[in-house]
Amino acid sequence: MFSDTILLAHGSGGRMTHDLIGEVFHRHLGNSLLAAQDDAAVWVLSSPGPERIALTTDSYVVSPIFFPGGDIGRLAVCGTVNDLAMVGATPLYLTAGFILEEGLPRADLERVVASMAAAGRQAGVKIVAGDTKVVERGGADLMFITTAGVGEVPKGVCISGANVQPGDVAILSGPVGVHGLAVMSRREGLEFSFPLQSDCAPLNGLVSEMLKAGGPIHCLRDPTRGGLATTLNEIAGQSRVEIEIDEVCIPVSEEVRAACEMLGLDPLYVANEGKLVAFVAPDAERPVLEAMRRQRYGQQAAVIGRVTCAHPGRVVMKTLFGAHRILDMLTGEQLPRIC
Amino acid sequence: MKYVDEYRSPESIGRLLALIGRRSRNPVRLMEFCGGHTHAIFRFGLRQLLPPTVSLLAGPGCPVCVTSQPDLDRAIALSRVRGITLTTFGDMLRVPGSTGTLQEARAEGADVRVVYSTLDALSIARDNADREIVFLAVGFETTAPSVAAAVLTAEDEGLKNFSILSLHKLTPPAMRAILDAGEVALSGILGPGHVTTIVGSDAWDFLSREYGMPCAVAGFEPLDILMGVYALVDGIESGSSEVVNAYRRNVRREGNLQARQAIDRVFCVRATEWRGLGTLPASGLFLRDAFCGFDAASRFPVRVEPAEEPKGCLCGDVLRGRAQPPDCPLFGRTCSPQHPIGPCMVSGEGACAAHIRYREG
Amino acid sequence: MCLAVPTKVVRIVEDEAEAEIGGLFRRISVAFTPEARVGDYVLIHAGFAISVLDENSARESLGLLEEMEAGLGAQKETGS
Repeated sequence: MFSDTILLAHGSGGRMTHDLIGEVFHRHLGNSLLAAQDDAAVWVLSSPGPERIALTTDSYVVSPIFFPGGDIGRLAVCGTVNDLAMVGATPLYLTAGFILEEGLPRADLERVVASMAAAGRQAGVKIVAGDTKVVERGGADLMFITTAGVGEVPKGVCISGANVQPGDVAILSGPVGVHGLAVMSRREGLEFSFPLQSDCAPLNGLVSEMLKAGGPIHCLRDPTRGGLATTLNEIAGQSRVEIEIDEVCIPVSEEVRAACEMLGLDPLYVANEGKLVAFVAPDAERPVLEAMRRQRYGQQAAVIGRVTCAHPGRVVMKTLFGAHRILDMLTGEQLPRIC
Repeated sequence: MKYVDEYRSPESIGRLLALIGRRSRNPVRLMEFCGGHTHAIFRFGLRQLLPPTVSLLAGPGCPVCVTSQPDLDRAIALSRVRGITLTTFGDMLRVPGSTGTLQEARAEGADVRVVYSTLDALSIARDNADREIVFLAVGFETTAPSVAAAVLTAEDEGLKNFSILSLHKLTPPAMRAILDAGEVALSGILGPGHVTTIVGSDAWDFLSREYGMPCAVAGFEPLDILMGVYALVDGIESGSSEVVNAYRRNVRREGNLQARQAIDRVFCVRATEWRGLGTLPASGLFLRDAFCGFDAASRFPVRVEPAEEPKGCLCGDVLRGRAQPPDCPLFGRTCSPQHPIGPCMVSGEGACAAHIRYREG
Repeated sequence: MCLAVPTKVVRIVEDEAEAEIGGLFRRISVAFTPEARVGDYVLIHAGFAISVLDENSARESLGLLEEMEAGLGAQKETGS
């Protein structure tokens, strides 16, 4: 029975669930592991065996589910792939659990799943296990997606937020603030025409080239919720170092600056979904930067600061006019203001 | 961005700072009345860069900070009424009232929505005929015209489900209160550029006439602020107490007549309570009787318990310039951006928030 | 208070207009700036234009620095 909206019955586990899974999930995500339709996906480890395995999980509840440059599905795949890439792992397989709200248009679900398939192909990963539940109207904001991701960490790769050392150079892969604003521009009560698309993208290709460039990369992180400033604070805390950045060096596009001026937001605290910050040993600065700039998602990579041991856990920014100010973590949610 | 970038040129800023340094002989204490100035001064690190003879003090020009506790409690109580959608600027969402914040009320099921403009609140009213849309009208003379326009539009369209809780306040009475109290020795006042765009620079003549207090009306870009500081320093050094318009590209002597007329048509002026300053005569805007149909306070009376300022909170003193944020015993300890106790810590322009967010590294 | 940004008017229909800043467009009200024309820059606060930017004044104020520096130099010479 074909219905153009998702009904509670689609989550019951019976005929309608099976049909939905076949007609939507298998059709778009099709791969041999998923097609086996067992309760779990089973695969043989690569040979010679991986030294280490990386495992991550994430939940996606973004609203609206479609925004300029992406949707919740693309976000889910890229976000999970990026978590794996940030520890230097080669991403392999993802799972995707869906909680659907009764009344969700089926066409919207199809659109999201097709987008996940495309993102998976772009990143070179397969979605091999999934689950679908349907909750009553009001029980979910159209759609929530939970993922897990598995990858293999090559020998010799030692990347962690705790490994940053005084003397390290901080490199940002590109302009910040795009994703958060793209989503906000569609939020009721705030609508504005934001000309930029979300930067949502899989970064494993970029990371792979960076690792090949040679020279120790100590830490990689993607500045998602809370923005660049929050991420830098997390790392400074984990590694017990001080990070000094230069406001003049941080790439921010004109459109992002304009939107932030208008809404009273700070681009350093706006979420990104296709950017990373890398902390590398001084000798690695040149080769890594050059490798990044040759890649699609690192073309505007720039050195934004350095690591010292002055005040462990602190992030300091040299402003446009040479004054220094402390950059804190984001508290709560950044809200548009008029004052 | 045009008309923004030129006013942030490091080269121009450097030259202007040098000029201020050369002109300034005697120590002066300037009050930047407006929270937007406090925010910008901290954001660009201007305090660090000014010569030691020039010190800046934050004033009470933060409309969120001066909203009284009972008024805030009334707004929160309204949001909890079934069938009401409370629309508000983002600034108000996290300010703590006696029973919590608007954000917490939302988490508990209240329909609270952040909007950027009264235009958005009107749209919500048109799209949700089954709900009562109340707009939380906080702000000084810069914002009041847009709220007046919303009320006039609602009247024009016969919108029956739109009302406002008017907590608007006027700036000159607050300036008088600070000067009359004589608690702080001030050499000059950096005047609020955008309020003055509406009310006109003539509105500050009283500072010179009645108090002999120099005033420079300044915009909010770093160059604007420093131009204002220079004008004050220059005036003080020459013994002048004139009102200087240092924001000529937007401020005229008469201000914006259409905006002033709109305020006049929709609002009347009465005494109102300001956090930190007490009840000031002729300082608050209230809807005229002709517009009582849009007055949320009378349409939806809510009971509000008499409130007390949180113990130890020095927001009042900070707003009056009597204390600096670090003087408050709660500052950075129990009161922080994560757990704000008073509004000065929550508001984007509150002196305490600015102090913590932009502290020198 | 208060956050306001200079934006360029690109289209006007009675009291409403479309304004642009840095490639971004927003619907605004020009009820308080009836004199605004397409191509003018207006100061926007909470979705309302509150002033039409006076380009001459803007140019003057940016050019003031030279004057001020010269003036201060002259003052020093005359010892005032």
